Amino acid sequence: MGMLEAILLTIATASTPLLIAALGELVVERSGVLNLGTEGMMLMGAVTGFGVALSTGSPWLGALAAILVGAVFSLLFGILALSFVTNQVATGLALTLLGTGFSGMLGVGFVGQPGVRMTNIYIPGLSDLPLVGRLLFGQDPLFYLSIVLVIAVSWFLFRTRAGLTLRAVGDNHGSAHALGISVIGIRYLAVMFGGACAGLAGAQLSLVYTPQWVENMTAGRGWIALALVVFASWRPWRVLAGAYLFGAITIAQLHIQAINLGDLSFLPGPLYALAAGVKSLPSQFLSALPYLATVLVLVLISRNKRLTMMNTPASLGSAFVPDR
Amino acid sequence: MRIELIKRPQRSALFSVVSPFIALGLTVVVGAIMFALLGKNPVMALYYYFIDPLLEVWSWHELAIKAAPLILIGVGLAICFRSNNWNIGAEGQLIIGAIVGSIIPVMFPDFQTWLTLPLMLLMGIVGGAAYGAIPAFLKTRFNTNEILTSLMLVYVAQLVLDWVVRGPWRDPKGFNFPQTIQFSPAATLPEIMPMSGRANWGFVFAIVAALLLWFMLSRMLKGFEVRVLGQSPRAGRFAGFSSSRMVFFAFLISGGLAGLAGISEVSGAIGKLQPTISPGYGFTAIIVAFLGRLNPLGIIFSGLLLALTYLGGEAAQISLGVSDKVVRAFQGILLFFVLAADTLILYRIRLVRPVAKTMETAPSPAPVEVTHGNA
Repeated sequence: MGMLEAILLTIATASTPLLIAALGELVVERSGVLNLGTEGMMLMGAVTGFGVALSTGSPWLGALAAILVGAVFSLLFGILALSFVTNQVATGLALTLLGTGFSGMLGVGFVGQPGVRMTNIYIPGLSDLPLVGRLLFGQDPLFYLSIVLVIAVSWFLFRTRAGLTLRAVGDNHGSAHALGISVIGIRYLAVMFGGACAGLAGAQLSLVYTPQWVENMTAGRGWIALALVVFASWRPWRVLAGAYLFGAITIAQLHIQAINLGDLSFLPGPLYALAAGVKSLPSQFLSALPYLATVLVLVLISRNKRLTMMNTPASLGSAFVPDR
Repeated sequence: MRIELIKRPQRSALFSVVSPFIALGLTVVVGAIMFALLGKNPVMALYYYFIDPLLEVWSWHELAIKAAPLILIGVGLAICFRSNNWNIGAEGQLIIGAIVGSIIPVMFPDFQTWLTLPLMLLMGIVGGAAYGAIPAFLKTRFNTNEILTSLMLVYVAQLVLDWVVRGPWRDPKGFNFPQTIQFSPAATLPEIMPMSGRANWGFVFAIVAALLLWFMLSRMLKGFEVRVLGQSPRAGRFAGFSSSRMVFFAFLISGGLAGLAGISEVSGAIGKLQPTISPGYGFTAIIVAFLGRLNPLGIIFSGLLLALTYLGGEAAQISLGVSDKVVRAFQGILLFFVLAADTLILYRIRLVRPVAKTMETAPSPAPVEVTHGNA
């Protein structure tokens, strides 16, 4: 296995949790709800997935439990923000704070324990193809699931009647209500789907990416997923592109931190000087790259006010009280 | 059974006062259940959380030390949230304030006059405000979501702090520990009453800031502007208020206060820079702000209360062996109940039984007459 192939493989693993969490949040926001609790739900998923896999020995059960816990945990947000019409921003923040606290509390006994990794699935024949074989057909199950999820969400939103209804609720909840659509009901379902996705994304971290439990192990990925939804202007396929861009940045900075300058002597002069310059930066600056890239990407995307206005679900974040 | 909200004709004055207490009561109940599930005696646990830290004078001082940053940041966030600016990066502004304020004691340790401390505090405020100005600038200039940018900058600030204490500012005589030199007495925030405990002037700053901001919010035109732009940006524009200047105003005030909290913490309670200087004060202050109903006077009390949970967490950890992580879960639950209880201010809550059942018991309603025109 070549160096390039190894790097590409790790990029896919680093991108998958961002992709799954962002797809869930995309559906939530398309229904007109802004749930800032992704980070907290991911942490709950990560700690549940790890704990269940550890005690049962099955990472599959762990992932399943993470999905359930994510969905149930998101209900807390749903009850407050949808039934009690609390401020969605504040409630989402509360969910993240609660998830951070709860996961830390539940995970006290898991710190330092060796985890159970979900084994890769090799599709016979195809996984032996040169270069793309391992990359596309020799990955962990959640990688395949994430790709299926992109297709499914895209198809659901733009090719089904239910998807049209969900988008209608997100764009104009008043009109949707007048048509007899249960705005609150649909939003509950969307929020729970987002919670399930975030839970699974968290489990990917503790069962595939780094099979262990560390407090706060999501390290801001939930927030990056939220930024990805804006970056993708609420379109599933663009979420895929954005997630892989961020996965690439994360992996690139890790490799730069680990690489030996001597191995780069084959590079032409100016490129070598650039590599040496980047390498001489403190490691903390490289670690900050994904976060700085998120800010930069948000600036580039939001700069065009009209374009953002056109793409944002019109009812996003606004409360809805049915008037019977 | 279904929950139905009925809008009150006006805000309920009763629930405006009572709702934080309802939230607190519910949190205590849930907390007791949580402790029972953890196999601890809930009465003992609540005793260690809320009573034990208040029994000795020195621990009142510790309470003031923990409450100072929470109140300072909380009142700044109240201005932000009231004006509908979502600064959730106060933790980062606290860290950058601490770093900028520490330039003098770390790089010029021999500069020891009466001016040292005021200059440090000023630089801390400027550092925090400048860091807070970044999301404000990006929001006003590029229309960027300030929630996400301010939060991303927290991670960046933590990495910057990590770099300075492991790199350029590391104490050469510190046995390779990641920390700066100890600040000189001239660069140390004095204690208020050294005889009885170690509470420092940071708490005084917090009370003064809360009083000033309360006066501004309730008695000055600027405070009116904050509230109008928060509740109705359109009405604010008609009144001639500039919403982009308000974005900067809110972020500079909250960033500056977070910076002051940072430098006060470092020059008071800690005495040097190290990789971790705050147990998440910037995030807990969000809970403080909401529990205080975004009112600076209320925030003094909610800041003291949340500080108590930190102390209680330590006490419960020592006495009952409960993990200190429980505190954060506790705080999260509290914010949930605070937000839910606030609904009671604007709405009456009615539980409605499913329609089919009420049809059976009640006499069937008269057929609806369809009328046109004469409403």
